[in-house]
Amino acid sequence: MDRKIRVLVAKPGLDGHDRGAKVVARAMRDAGMEVIYTGLRQTPEQIVQAAVQEDVDVLAMSILSGAHNHLFPRVMELLADKGASDVLVVGGGVIPEDDIPFLESKGIAAVFGPGTPTSATIEFIKANVKRR
Amino acid sequence: MGDTDKLRASVEAWRAGVDKSLAKHPERKASFETGSDAPVERLYTPLDLEGEGYAEAIGLPGEFPYTRGVQATMYRGRLWTMRQYAGFGTAEESNERYKYLLAQGQTGLSIAFDLPTQIGYDSDHPLSAGEVGKVGVAVDSLVDMEVLFAGIPLDKVSTSMTINAPAAVLLAMYVAVAEKQGVSPSALEGTIQNDILKEYIARGTYIFPPAPSMRLITDVFAYCARSVPNWNTISISGYHIREAGSTASQEVAFTLADGIAYVDAAVKAGLDVDDFAPRLSFFFNAHNDLFEEAAKFRAARRMWAHIMRERFGAVNPKSWMLRFHTQTAGSTLTAQQPDNNVVRVTLQALAAALGGTQSLHTNSRDEALALPTEASVRIALRTQQIIAYESGVAETPDPLAGSYYVESLTDRVEKEALAYLARIDELGGAVRAIEEGYVQREIQDAAYAYQKKIESGERVVVGLNKFQVPEGRPTGLLKVDPSVGERQAAALRALRLRRDGARVAAALRGVDAAARGDANMMPPILEAVRAYATLGEICDAMRAVFGEYRPGSTF
Repeated sequence: MDRKIRVLVAKPGLDGHDRGAKVVARAMRDAGMEVIYTGLRQTPEQIVQAAVQEDVDVLAMSILSGAHNHLFPRVMELLADKGASDVLVVGGGVIPEDDIPFLESKGIAAVFGPGTPTSATIEFIKANVKRR
Repeated sequence: MGDTDKLRASVEAWRAGVDKSLAKHPERKASFETGSDAPVERLYTPLDLEGEGYAEAIGLPGEFPYTRGVQATMYRGRLWTMRQYAGFGTAEESNERYKYLLAQGQTGLSIAFDLPTQIGYDSDHPLSAGEVGKVGVAVDSLVDMEVLFAGIPLDKVSTSMTINAPAAVLLAMYVAVAEKQGVSPSALEGTIQNDILKEYIARGTYIFPPAPSMRLITDVFAYCARSVPNWNTISISGYHIREAGSTASQEVAFTLADGIAYVDAAVKAGLDVDDFAPRLSFFFNAHNDLFEEAAKFRAARRMWAHIMRERFGAVNPKSWMLRFHTQTAGSTLTAQQPDNNVVRVTLQALAAALGGTQSLHTNSRDEALALPTEASVRIALRTQQIIAYESGVAETPDPLAGSYYVESLTDRVEKEALAYLARIDELGGAVRAIEEGYVQREIQDAAYAYQKKIESGERVVVGLNKFQVPEGRPTGLLKVDPSVGERQAAALRALRLRRDGARVAAALRGVDAAARGDANMMPPILEAVRAYATLGEICDAMRAVFGEYRPGSTF
């Protein structure tokens, strides 16, 4: 039997808006996933360390402050350094569509904008998770 | 048969008649709820307000318990202050936006600071990378504040500053800029948010643990009572609590619980309640449910008046008055069909005006996508102006008073919020309730329930889960110049070379000494600011003594 999908929900940077992150985390848990939430103000280093330590299949980052172009690619670099590039990484928050191709080119599998139903994020994860 | 009995009989007959006709003409839904999921009855009549004395419960505008507003003539005397929260990039860019807003007829300023500033890091701190100038203006030292208010005489404008953990430092900078302009601190008008408890609950820009944070706040109360008497020393905020997903009643309850904690702390610090309470102000959210929101503001006013008079024994009527700023609910804006947001904002702003707000920020249509453009901000400001000058709602105080429905809603919000206050008292007050995560859990549960109703379609969000259209990529969004971080860092390097290093070091030692003792922190902070110590340096001096807050992370 497959083990449960393990997800790290993370808040990179200084942004304090975590309503979305918490709602998504809870919806994932209700969908049968094992979810760990980092809390606020995590550096890319802390996030990657937690992802590796917790041996997660999925990393879901939420950011609403506009610092995504700086922080998301840094997380991807560090994941690669740790040999954890097979972790499925998704992002959410207030992220302009113009920035999405850049983030995808850095390895972010999908970016979910405002109004995305939690079910859409969960479906995407189930369909695309690589590890397990 | 008395009038009430007659009415009761006729209402019963009406209900029986409606019940019979329901089989043939059913209602749209099995049950109706407010925006906060409270039940809405089919009919409201004077019977719903039975036993409620008009004078005690509602009263007159400008009179205890202020249900109908804090001024006798309300907007007939003066309209609410139209105050758009703004700031991004460098001080120069934000200064231009402020001058633009004032030229468009805005009547007060509202300063948005970037996250490093709000958390007490200089722009060249490693944790500031990528965040400088993004959600507000970057302020590293008095130099930036001088530029931010260049050409804006501080005795002619009222300024609200959304700054919390380092509020004392930014207030000191504002006072220092005024001094340079030749304006006495006693002539300054404005508000500093200075509300750390809701940062722990919902907004996240905390630095220090609760005890030293509360001390900094009461130090600001004491300093302003002496030196900046027309300044609102705190803006006790429900806005972010609501944005985090609370209900209307929770918003009122948790905000007033925070207010009680601040008054308690100040009284314990030896201040006389009537010396500082008149300068306490509040900040609420205006959400979608027009009547419930208007009722919420009325309930909050009535509750605070009783709390101040009866719980704290305040005797100055100004201490009883809940004066508040309102912002429309950012979390209700959709990224889909963003022009529809203009209509949402209009209804929310209408609720604020009907609820008797003292000042108002209306969100811009594009804020689910990015910071607003100048054109979007103008529509948002015009929305307020149309409500104020064209709709007629400003022509008499509290026009909804006496509506059976609105008075019932007011009573219900009050009743639910009082139950929460009793629970928080049992837990040992707001600080304890927050440290235990009680308040956060209540909000998270409400937020999750709200989202589930949207996803099931039970709660309709036009353009999002109903009436969708295929849409292209939004265009014309505001972009913050990514070089702002480098420019701020370069300016900091230059400042550190140019300033009097010995004076800075001495001033920072003064901050350290004050933090270790129990003297008011404001005078040494003011000296450090005048010496051009940076925000990060001043906050680091306090971090070394106070430590840093480490929250739990439940969901």
